[in-house]
Amino acid sequence: MSRKGILVHRPYERLPREQVELIHQASMQILSDPGLISFNRKAVDILHSHGAAVESLTGDHQSWQVKIPEQLVLKALDTAPKTVKLGARNPDNTLIMNGDEPRVYLITGSETNIWLDVAFPTYVDKNDSSREIKIPEFKPRRGTVDDLCQSAHVCEHLEMVDGYIRTVNIQDRDITEENKDVNKFFASLNNNTKHFMSGLTTLKQLDNVVRMAELIAGGKKALEDNPIISFITCLVKSPLQFVDDTTDTFIEVCRRGLPVVVSSSPQAGTTAPIKEAGIMAQINAEVLAGITLGQLVKSGTPVLYGSVPVRARMDTLGDSYGSVETSQYNIDCAQMARFYSLPNYSTSGVSDSKIPGQQSSIERLFSDIVVAMSGPQYLHCAFGLLDCNSVFCLLQAVLDDAHFKMIKFFLQQPRIDQSEMEAVLQQIRNVVATPQKLYINYIRPVLRSGEISGVYPFEGSGERDDVFELAYERMKELLAKPVEHIDQETTARIFEEIPGILPRLNIYKRGS
Amino acid sequence: MTEGIISLIRENVIQGRINKNDEGMDEGMVGQPGVTELVEEALTSGVSIQDVITKGLSGGMNVVGQKFEAGEYFIPDMLASAQAVGAAMEILEPYLAGSDVNAKGKIIVATVKEDLHDIGKNIVSILLRGAGYTVKDLGHNVDTQVIVDAVREEKPQFLGLSALLTSTMARMADVIQMLEEKGLREQVKVIVGGAPVSEEFAKSIGADGYGADGFQAVAVVETLSSSTES
Repeated sequence: MSRKGILVHRPYERLPREQVELIHQASMQILSDPGLISFNRKAVDILHSHGAAVESLTGDHQSWQVKIPEQLVLKALDTAPKTVKLGARNPDNTLIMNGDEPRVYLITGSETNIWLDVAFPTYVDKNDSSREIKIPEFKPRRGTVDDLCQSAHVCEHLEMVDGYIRTVNIQDRDITEENKDVNKFFASLNNNTKHFMSGLTTLKQLDNVVRMAELIAGGKKALEDNPIISFITCLVKSPLQFVDDTTDTFIEVCRRGLPVVVSSSPQAGTTAPIKEAGIMAQINAEVLAGITLGQLVKSGTPVLYGSVPVRARMDTLGDSYGSVETSQYNIDCAQMARFYSLPNYSTSGVSDSKIPGQQSSIERLFSDIVVAMSGPQYLHCAFGLLDCNSVFCLLQAVLDDAHFKMIKFFLQQPRIDQSEMEAVLQQIRNVVATPQKLYINYIRPVLRSGEISGVYPFEGSGERDDVFELAYERMKELLAKPVEHIDQETTARIFEEIPGILPRLNIYKRGS
Repeated sequence: MTEGIISLIRENVIQGRINKNDEGMDEGMVGQPGVTELVEEALTSGVSIQDVITKGLSGGMNVVGQKFEAGEYFIPDMLASAQAVGAAMEILEPYLAGSDVNAKGKIIVATVKEDLHDIGKNIVSILLRGAGYTVKDLGHNVDTQVIVDAVREEKPQFLGLSALLTSTMARMADVIQMLEEKGLREQVKVIVGGAPVSEEFAKSIGADGYGADGFQAVAVVETLSSSTES
């Protein structure tokens, strides 16, 4: 069994075929000239041994100019799987992504530093002390392991969340660079049975997290069949540079044959041209360079075409995820990935706003709708992210879940066929012949078959806007629902074999 | 036998099935007798009309009301059940005079002159029939004189007037004024409703009641009914 996601029957495409091909050709030209600068020796050696032209560069850091010929890229595109399976602790949560099928899975992420708490203090009217109003107050603070557990727990119960990327960076006093990976993997996997994807803080922990996944999945072969974890690697830094450490990580993940995202995040205006043609040619070249390297490391490595393009804010030169152009770039990338028949890891739903509210709702709904319409297979960042991808708010994630239900409903295939038409023609004839001329009786079967969209679940009463309060209540309800933790025996083995996991995360040892 | 058929009537009211062709709520009910067929059978079998109405029809509607309050049923479900009861009451009406059942009363409803909107009025009619009232629906865009004439001839206990437009709601006041001029105002309670209508407006034109929606309209009629009886 796999999750259904949202199958977009007629994906929205901005680019006509000629423009897609033009971007492809421009990317091929970029890869052969100027190519990429690599700060990673292994990547240079691998690419060089398969025909890439390499030239050593002078500078403070050792680096090489690598020019990748078109034939090498095309061969890699041939061997990269068109269908990628992402497994899950609960096999019913498996994700099957086919590069030619615009089935959208909605994923959390990304890894923010700030957790946004919410409280509802009561204010009294100065002129009428009997009038009280609750106003939501948002307070940012550094994220912790407990927050990550809470987030994974709630996202387990959010119906529209298909897979989990940790939403918050864990910054407790007892978390170090050495033990961060094992703790973030365990906290997430122990509180969520959906697919878990993450970046790595240090390559040294790769074997530990893979071993943890093997123990949970039931062994090495079981993990191969049901890859409950996968990795995000930003091996290319824009513009056109293989980064040393993440490229190392990428190569090692590929060697182990686990699914991996080749993610690039150029910023139009600073690290990529401000023109759409420019950022598209560059991001496509950057992703293809990573995919080529991955296929050379291990042919058939399951890869996702990872695109996180963004436009620069003109006031700060920071990322503007809420800008309209950011959605345009993401839709273009979904088309490019489909051109190569590769599953697309895409981005939507991030707001520039610092807190939930009108700006946040408008920005995130805009991008969530239009990007989802383009049919990317793995749509991340969609739940709870604020302030240009630096803040996570669980309340916002609960709201986003409701909004995605609406989007899913909107994107369903219209049911207009001969038998449906014959049935409604009969209805029309029947109703017109009645004195009251109402179709109400025909609502009932449709009402219970899921063909009518629901009312907004956080609708207020009267002239009050109760959305946040109602969503907060929903969040508390979800936190109170149990989650299926990793069983006691497996937990014991994980704590025995994997060093560095915080003892307080062992739910079977609490209070002992 | 009696208990069995009453129970079936109640169940089919809950299912909202007028006749054997209706789907109802549960699977596999098409082809089985609905409320109208069951009421006919009850009459043929000599089952007490009072039992049919109080235990079967009203008993079923009480359950429907509870399900609606609990969020299990939606308005279309309520209306389907009300329609089933209304259809049953039409069958029973000729037998009421000779029985010991007190009729709940007659209501004339109309959408006023120059207003073509009748969805609300139609829903109110269905719900009132479902509550056991005899409803005479004059339709939409009904001339003031026609409404007043109907009151004179039919002698209803209630008159329900509906308007959707701010430009036509004034016609409600015209009706009440003409009822007064013709000496008919005291014999009928006038209830008004419709999107632009408010409690305040209802009072200002001298109406006896105001219903914000179909359910409130029924509640207002029930309240006025009991106050008249007492």
